[in-house]
Amino acid sequence: MSAPTLPIEQAPSTASDRSAFAIEFENVSIAFDDKKVLEDVSFRLPHGETKALFGVAGSGKSILLKIALGLIRPDSGRILVLGEEITSMSEQALFELRGRVGIVFQESALFDSLKVWENVAFRLMEEHIAQDEIERRVREALRFVELERTYDMLPSELSGGMRRRVAIARAIITQPEVLLYDSPTGGLDPVTSNTIVELIMKQRDVYKTSALMVTHRLQDAFTMATHEFDPDTNQMVSLPKGKLCRVPMSFLILRDCKVIFDGDGQQLASSRDEYIREYIS
Amino acid sequence: MALELELASPIEVAKDFALSVQQYTLLSAQSLGNFFRRPLYTGDMLQQADLIGVGSLPIVLLTGLSVGAILALNTASTLQRFGGITLIGQLVSFGMVTELGPLITGLMVAGRNASGMASELGSMIVTEQIDAMRALGTDPSKKLVTPRVGATVFMLFFLTIIADLLGLVGGWAVARFLFGLDSNQYWTTAWQSLVFRDVFMGLSKPVLFGFIISTVGCYYGMSTKGGTQGVGRSTTQAVVASSVLILIVDFFVTKLIYALLGVR
Repeated sequence: MSAPTLPIEQAPSTASDRSAFAIEFENVSIAFDDKKVLEDVSFRLPHGETKALFGVAGSGKSILLKIALGLIRPDSGRILVLGEEITSMSEQALFELRGRVGIVFQESALFDSLKVWENVAFRLMEEHIAQDEIERRVREALRFVELERTYDMLPSELSGGMRRRVAIARAIITQPEVLLYDSPTGGLDPVTSNTIVELIMKQRDVYKTSALMVTHRLQDAFTMATHEFDPDTNQMVSLPKGKLCRVPMSFLILRDCKVIFDGDGQQLASSRDEYIREYIS
Repeated sequence: MALELELASPIEVAKDFALSVQQYTLLSAQSLGNFFRRPLYTGDMLQQADLIGVGSLPIVLLTGLSVGAILALNTASTLQRFGGITLIGQLVSFGMVTELGPLITGLMVAGRNASGMASELGSMIVTEQIDAMRALGTDPSKKLVTPRVGATVFMLFFLTIIADLLGLVGGWAVARFLFGLDSNQYWTTAWQSLVFRDVFMGLSKPVLFGFIISTVGCYYGMSTKGGTQGVGRSTTQAVVASSVLILIVDFFVTKLIYALLGVR
């Protein structure tokens, strides 16, 4: 990956004065047509930490992210995002809170009738920010994902990996306090996946943004746990064996609608659970 | 291989119907309420007005002209038998302004735009674009539904006036060139026969029809489920439901206005 310039001038404040956690799930359950998807799911994402969320297909990973953003209401349980309980919040209040949270959808979910710059600038345009300022920030965000040349293109003209990178640019343009990634490398070739992982790592290490990353690719999470982004070379570098990443990284595994593991890399590696051992092998 | 058919119970069907009515009512009420809440997406409304109004103009011109001509042709033979061919202008203007103008324009715009709205919003639903919009802090009801409702109501009103006028022109062409009626006589009877009640009825219907077309189109679009097949289903349902609803509402509005103005 070539060295990109580091764009967005200041890191967001990562510590909320109201809560020590960016996201908290307490006994969250949801079912669709009597089919349980999540049952009594509880976990916490501390500020600045990146949590990789695993589970087989259909285990409710994407639903969990949508619940965390208030796009779907759970049947029961309590969810706190940046210290605010969202389960009882009105949709109007949620719109304001979502301004502090960014999300990258599984299939990018770019607005196909808008150009790349309009997609990235969507939130800024809604806030009626001056056109000059919008252009500057869009170019910075696109430079961050190394796609400045796509500024005037339509999403249909981009490859799957490029669309994913534009989606990342759209999510980070307002410097959110929390980022949610829904299978950011799903369906991509290994080289493009690596580029995406590097971008996520860059966001994590440079801006210390809390993140919840859904994935079914174990190697992505392990790469993130064993590498660090070096701002001097603008590349990710492998950490010496035994050395932990400066930004906390944890893992959460879902199985049969429940959380069966929540801990760091070392705990995961030393787990004696048969399913987990099979999953990570 | 045995074909297994799963029949839904009548209670489930009734529940689903009640839920759909509730959701449609909520969406309609929200779309109206959004006119009084900021931000008001005037740019999007103008864009929709162009798509709906200017885009529908050719079909409205053609159908208005044809319907007026057909109306004149069908009534002329009967009127001629009783020696009342001079009344043709009166019949065409009354028929076009009170009934056929709003109805035909409504049905044409429903076919063109309710389907367009359902397929556009349905595609946005299945590709998670609506979720993305909500995640970016924008209310899809304000950004997508209200501009379409405002634009359809506003443009259908003017499209109906144009259709009425073209219908009268079509009727005049038949009366003048096929039955040799004097142009002056045609336009005088057509103009003089219209009273406030007729014009009021003819101009209140497109407002209601525009509201029906846009809210039904948006409702089916926003409630799309099941991928691209679901988008196709929503599109068909939007056209069928809005057309049927227009015809039903047309009957009741006609009856109501007559009752209010003490005609029948």
